[in-house]
Amino acid sequence: MANFEAKAKQIRADVVDSLYAAQSGHPGGSLSCVEILLALYENGVVRYDPKNPKWEERDRVVLSKGHACPTLYAVLADVGFFPREELLTLRKLGSHLQGHPDMNKCPGVDASTGSLGQGMSMSVGYALAGKRPEHDFNVYVVTGDGESQEGIVWEAAMAAAHYNLDNLTVLLDHNGLQIDGTNDQVMSLGDIVAKYAAFGWETCVVDGHDVDAIAEACKAPRCGKPRFICCNTVKGKGVSFMENQVGWHGKPINEEQYKAAKAELGV
Amino acid sequence: MAEIKSTRIAYGEALAKLGAVDDKVLVCDADLAHATMTAFFADKYPDRFYNFGIAECNMMDASAGLAHCGYTVFASTFAIFGAGHAFEQVRNAICYTNANVKLGLSHAGPSCGEDGGSHQAVEDIALMRTLPRMTVIAPCDAVEMEKAVFAAAKTYGPMFIRTGRLPTEVITDESTPFEIGKAVTLREGKDAAIIACGIMVAQAMHAAETLAAEGIECRVINMHTIKPLDNEAVLAAARDCGAIVTAEEHSVIGGLGGAVAEALCGNACVPFERVGIQDRFGQSGTPALLAKEYGLTDKEIAEAVRRAVAKK
Repeated sequence: MANFEAKAKQIRADVVDSLYAAQSGHPGGSLSCVEILLALYENGVVRYDPKNPKWEERDRVVLSKGHACPTLYAVLADVGFFPREELLTLRKLGSHLQGHPDMNKCPGVDASTGSLGQGMSMSVGYALAGKRPEHDFNVYVVTGDGESQEGIVWEAAMAAAHYNLDNLTVLLDHNGLQIDGTNDQVMSLGDIVAKYAAFGWETCVVDGHDVDAIAEACKAPRCGKPRFICCNTVKGKGVSFMENQVGWHGKPINEEQYKAAKAELGV
Repeated sequence: MAEIKSTRIAYGEALAKLGAVDDKVLVCDADLAHATMTAFFADKYPDRFYNFGIAECNMMDASAGLAHCGYTVFASTFAIFGAGHAFEQVRNAICYTNANVKLGLSHAGPSCGEDGGSHQAVEDIALMRTLPRMTVIAPCDAVEMEKAVFAAAKTYGPMFIRTGRLPTEVITDESTPFEIGKAVTLREGKDAAIIACGIMVAQAMHAAETLAAEGIECRVINMHTIKPLDNEAVLAAARDCGAIVTAEEHSVIGGLGGAVAEALCGNACVPFERVGIQDRFGQSGTPALLAKEYGLTDKEIAEAVRRAVAKK
């Protein structure tokens, strides 16, 4: 666990660096999904090859909450898809690190996302392909709780169960906040775990900041159904003045805040 | 009497033929397989057919996902749902990612008939034409439809193939050339050019015949590909004929008429008329009565040509 603590701090520092350089972007929801992406890429869950990003039999990872891409980019750089220095080009003209992920620009990005819900249903297509006789790969989706208000999420959930997509795993970054307030203030999700279960998914709940617990949930034996892992997280995790603050969904970081965040992360 | 056949049936039959020679072809539908006619493919290749239920948005995104795993995906529903309801999915999941998805969208225009205005897409060409990377094709008859489907499968990228519900005249044959982006001149004439797409090409041929009896000789151009538009054919028509009339079963705003106007403007100054739906929604009725109500017959085309020629 200690290894991942240090690694998570480093990824958070990379996220803060890139967002500070960009002077725009989404700190809160990026910081909440650090451990989820570390579990996928650095704890033996996802099959990938940084030297061959388009390897046909790789597992697909879809960041359906595309605005959290600074974290995806930091992790992709960390595992060798592109040099870490490039993180500072985030959101700049000509950069492959677009404000929302672009699969045709950034090595390692498997789906262009940003329009919420789209990654969920693109993943249904990936998972269907992964189960065809010609292929054998898994699909991992990171989705948001605000995103779960999109109707297409539930179209995708229905289709995944209908086609018994047991190569599909959806990880919910459940930080409880969205742009206009808490989920419950804006549009209650109700019992989202029960909703996925009612749609025919296998479900579980984990601490979304426990890299090992997330990876273990991903690796558990399958039972013929798509899998939903509710990862309970803290929005803005790791930078105390951003934690659980609605206002830090999408706000530029000023110099003073940048210094304070970096000092706290100790990197 | 010419053979009568709907382009949607030709679309379904072509997919079934294509399935036999190309195992990378997958077909998706949204609970309309017996209307879009993808059922012909589904019956022969059930393991390569996916029904997404009444969830067109999810179908479009999932089609993009399938396509990005190396497949050529034909996704079908009604034009109003595919181009309208799922517009944003077509934009962001298919066009923005450059997915190899072909949209075979049926029941376009008032010729879909009794279902009424909620189901008669009159703006689908306009919507699809604005999307970067999208190719837009409206085949003129059942024979051309098969050629379009096979050409689509050979050409990488997002594509919209417009199909119709109504059985309509077959006016081309196996020898008629078909190349995406290349207009076909079906009749020569020097007094005016009629540029048409879809089922209005047959009406244009009838109008040209009527006009010839009056001494007005029309060039009839089958502009099956609305995007990329064959600009050369449009400008040559302006140069050679000096008057242009467009004809489409679609709004005159943003469709073939709009595209031809964009090609002409600044490059040629000729009398120009657009036959099509005049900024209205459709309604219930028989296809024949609706064609009259919305001015989509050879009569309106001939009148438009007379007006254009008079302005020369």
